[in-house]
Amino acid sequence: MRIGVITFPGSLDDGDVVRAVRRCEAEAVPLWHGDAELHGVDAVVVPGGFSYGDYLRCGAIARFAPVMGPVLEAAAGGMPVLGICNGFQILCEAGLLPGALTRNAGLHYVCRDQWLRVENTRTAWSTRYEPGAEILVPIKHGEGNYQADKETIAALEAENRIVFRYIEENPNGSRADIAGICSANGRVLGLMPHPEHAIDPLTGPSDDGLGMFYSALDSLVKVTNE
Amino acid sequence: MARVVVEVMPKPEILDPQGQAVAKALPRLGFTGIGEVRQGKRFELDVDDSVDDAALHRIAEEFLANTVIEEFTVRRVGS
Amino acid sequence: MARERMIDTTAEAAKTPELDQPYAELGLKDDEYARIREILGRRPTEAELAMYSVMWSEHCSYKSSKVHLKYFGETTTEEMRTRLLAGIGENAGVVDIGDGWAVTFKVESHNHPSYVEPHQGAATGVGGIVRDIMAMGARPIAVADPLRFGAAEAEDTRRVVRGVVDGIGHYGNCLGLPNVGGELVFDSSYNGNPLVNALCVGAMRSEDLHLAHASGTGNKVILFGARTGLDGIGGVSVLASETFEGDETSGGRKKLPSVQVGDPFTEKVLIECCLEVIRAGIVVGIQDLGGAGLSCATSELASAGDGGMRVELDRVPLRAKDMTPAEVLSSESQERMCAVVAPEHVDAFLAVCAKWDVTATEIGAVTDGDNLVITWHGETVVDVPPRTVAHDGPVYQRPVQRPESQDALQANTSASLARPDDLRRTVLEMLAAPNLAAKRWVTDQYDRYVRGGTVLAQPADSGMVRVDEQTGRGISVATDCNSRFVALDPYEGARLALAEAYRNVACGGATPLAVSDCLNFGSPEDPGVMWQFREAVRGIADGCAELGIPVTGGNVSFYNQTGSTAILPTPVVAVLGVIDDVDRRIPAGIGTETGETLLLLGETRDEFDGSEWARVAHGHLGGLPPKADLAWEKLLGEILVAGSRDGMISAAHDVADGGLIQAVIEMALIGQTGARVLLDPDQDPFVQLFAESAGRAVVAVPRSEELRFTEMCTARGLPWRKTGVVDAESGSLEIQGVAEFSLTELAETWNATLPRLFD
Repeated sequence: MRIGVITFPGSLDDGDVVRAVRRCEAEAVPLWHGDAELHGVDAVVVPGGFSYGDYLRCGAIARFAPVMGPVLEAAAGGMPVLGICNGFQILCEAGLLPGALTRNAGLHYVCRDQWLRVENTRTAWSTRYEPGAEILVPIKHGEGNYQADKETIAALEAENRIVFRYIEENPNGSRADIAGICSANGRVLGLMPHPEHAIDPLTGPSDDGLGMFYSALDSLVKVTNE
Repeated sequence: MARVVVEVMPKPEILDPQGQAVAKALPRLGFTGIGEVRQGKRFELDVDDSVDDAALHRIAEEFLANTVIEEFTVRRVGS
Repeated sequence: MARERMIDTTAEAAKTPELDQPYAELGLKDDEYARIREILGRRPTEAELAMYSVMWSEHCSYKSSKVHLKYFGETTTEEMRTRLLAGIGENAGVVDIGDGWAVTFKVESHNHPSYVEPHQGAATGVGGIVRDIMAMGARPIAVADPLRFGAAEAEDTRRVVRGVVDGIGHYGNCLGLPNVGGELVFDSSYNGNPLVNALCVGAMRSEDLHLAHASGTGNKVILFGARTGLDGIGGVSVLASETFEGDETSGGRKKLPSVQVGDPFTEKVLIECCLEVIRAGIVVGIQDLGGAGLSCATSELASAGDGGMRVELDRVPLRAKDMTPAEVLSSESQERMCAVVAPEHVDAFLAVCAKWDVTATEIGAVTDGDNLVITWHGETVVDVPPRTVAHDGPVYQRPVQRPESQDALQANTSASLARPDDLRRTVLEMLAAPNLAAKRWVTDQYDRYVRGGTVLAQPADSGMVRVDEQTGRGISVATDCNSRFVALDPYEGARLALAEAYRNVACGGATPLAVSDCLNFGSPEDPGVMWQFREAVRGIADGCAELGIPVTGGNVSFYNQTGSTAILPTPVVAVLGVIDDVDRRIPAGIGTETGETLLLLGETRDEFDGSEWARVAHGHLGGLPPKADLAWEKLLGEILVAGSRDGMISAAHDVADGGLIQAVIEMALIGQTGARVLLDPDQDPFVQLFAESAGRAVVAVPRSEELRFTEMCTARGLPWRKTGVVDAESGSLEIQGVAEFSLTELAETWNATLPRLFD
């Protein structure tokens, strides 16, 4: 299994995603923002960071990077795509996911260990979790306040596309406590928390994040077998 | 009530990374012929007639702008 | 206007020897100006004057501190140097940590800019220290920020705290460097003068160590990174106003603030770009552009080489119009580096810069001459022996005098202060005090997870990151300074700062290896301040000799005062440690093992002079600080490391500000696990709970290891006492016979203070 990890100028957690992918014994393939080519990968992760400095708006410049063209095409064809933090912001700016991430309600950047509830275990990135499972994953962002109009939120709820919800405390003011959402076909997932920082209790609060990467590998095996 | 617009811009000699990032991205998107870009903030305030220009100036100078690195303009744009 | 005619060249300087020059406005004394004329055999040009004035300033030349800093070298033995790959004099010291890894670390102050514009001042402080580390060829792997602000309730403190924390967070978070520690102290002496110190640690393979050399005639000098603007040329704008005399419209630079705006995104790509050229082996030398911009970088690079250097200054990419050579040389625009590259590697170097979209320009070359020659559109504006600019600045023997008030300060002990009857209330009052309260409001604004190697971070005693993913080898770093102790006795106080940082590193299970410092003091023109400074330097140096670890570098910041009142003397000491496998780190929180015993290592005495209790309860500062016994600290450190190595310790925490009870409460709250504290019936409970005797730590040991561990302590002569048991079921902290608290009550008290003050 080959999982592509995009590096934009200003990407920060690309190395951590590569480590997480390797821990699941899959091959991590570095993808460069200026290269309009996915090099035959089976899935793509858009990692966290401050792509192009996140000036103008988070993700607003990165969505036009050459590598994003093939990502949009592949997503349309059903390839699993995961956007973490800045990656989530980029996927929203690119129109792969609805809504937008705005400044945290508390106006501060927040880095802390956050409990989440897994609300949908049938997406390409969440099958390894038990329905309703509670997982502990770090968050670290200044603009993670998920906003969309009422109709969009209602549709996300109705279609069970809210995959992760903040529990105990909503750290950023997100509507409906949304931490992560998926595309209508469940192949594209965007979330603010960082599963790649929860792969080993030595360096993170838990290893709860590994489930996302294993889920993607499972979904790829299934596709291959079918 | 009147509408007052306060515009805050980084001072010309101060580095503006945000504007610079936009300027650098434009050619990549196929827009040419654009030189420098500077990014600022615009505030719209609905104010009572009792608020005089001096007070508006103070609001801009002491609060909305950081005059160490930013400059500002205050305009009344009618009601 | 025809600006070219106004450029002051060396030819012009030779022709007009009597021209009146504004050297005094640039901070040069009469004799210093005379010396420059003597060196050059003529008057300096405007550009030369700009270079000398900034490089001979206190900040760059260490002219007041040099005579005292020599003591660090004199007290460092060959044995202490064995792990040192580079020391004082380089951008930062480099230490061999084993497995072929070298680590470099340094602390620097950005105090004054952070008061003028807290956000940008603090942000560019992080940027500057990170470039220092890059200039050694290392990848920055962690940052930490020792911060000191005015009284927590003082009017201006909120503005400064919010700006500084936001600035550090914004810049460091965008760079992708985990922030793993630091300090947060409030004291009214910092009201008009916060201390914003920034520490960075970098790691490299030993063979990649790059010193700032410019050897090799014909090698090219390349400036890369951001464009050069009018940032931070406040001082030199005197020259501009001279040049533009009578023309207020284009010459209105007199009021330029000395503020620089940082662009962390440019710095992030600069890091990746630098590391790529270093890995590719296509640089001879590399130098960051810091305080004195190109003046510093060109003169230091040229002095470090074996020849001269020629620079075509007009090739420097500019951001502002009509800059003069003096302004280009003095600009403190951020995110710039300078490299010396062999001609055959220039194309490869520029290709890497292009890949990262980093502006890079060849601005000159190494020559076989002796001088640094800088031209501007073909005319020579600087022609100087580079060492005279970079290294042969003035050296002052400032008067040193122990202040007369010191005796009275030391005589005013805490012995007469009324002690509390209600210990329960005192526990809560202390826990909520700004200096003891939880620092989450600050540290939650910093990314501690990025790079995936952080194993310890605030609120642990030290920050620890993994360096080698295969072997698990890692480093640890802690900074400390109790400036109240330093004020009472600068020599002893500085040793206490060293002892505490050393202990904090050991509490995580790492072996302390090296020391760096950031010496923040008042005006060197005050003999009393110079006395504090000299005593503190001696205290740190003598302490390091006793501990057997070297000082690898440091930074001095003078003129820290509000009006004419100096800050409390604040020699911040940073200790770097190594651990061969981070898997064996000792966490600060209890409850990781079932059934733990709490042991207090060390001895508690009735010591309250300079303590946090004296401040909180009585606003008192006087007497003598506790004694630092460094042989004892060394033994305690060895026991903690041995306990970690043999898996005997499940948690450890240094006992310092606030005393034993503060340490135990923090261990319980971090581990979210209850405990019972057992006091010694033969000693006053108040003293046991709140005294700040040095050389102590609380450890939690699994019951199965208790005997083995205590026998080791006894055998090695380290006093220990069973001071409690972990009680996972209780959800409370009980001080037997004194009081009981629910963990919820303690957590609320501990966590409420900073959000209340600063949100």
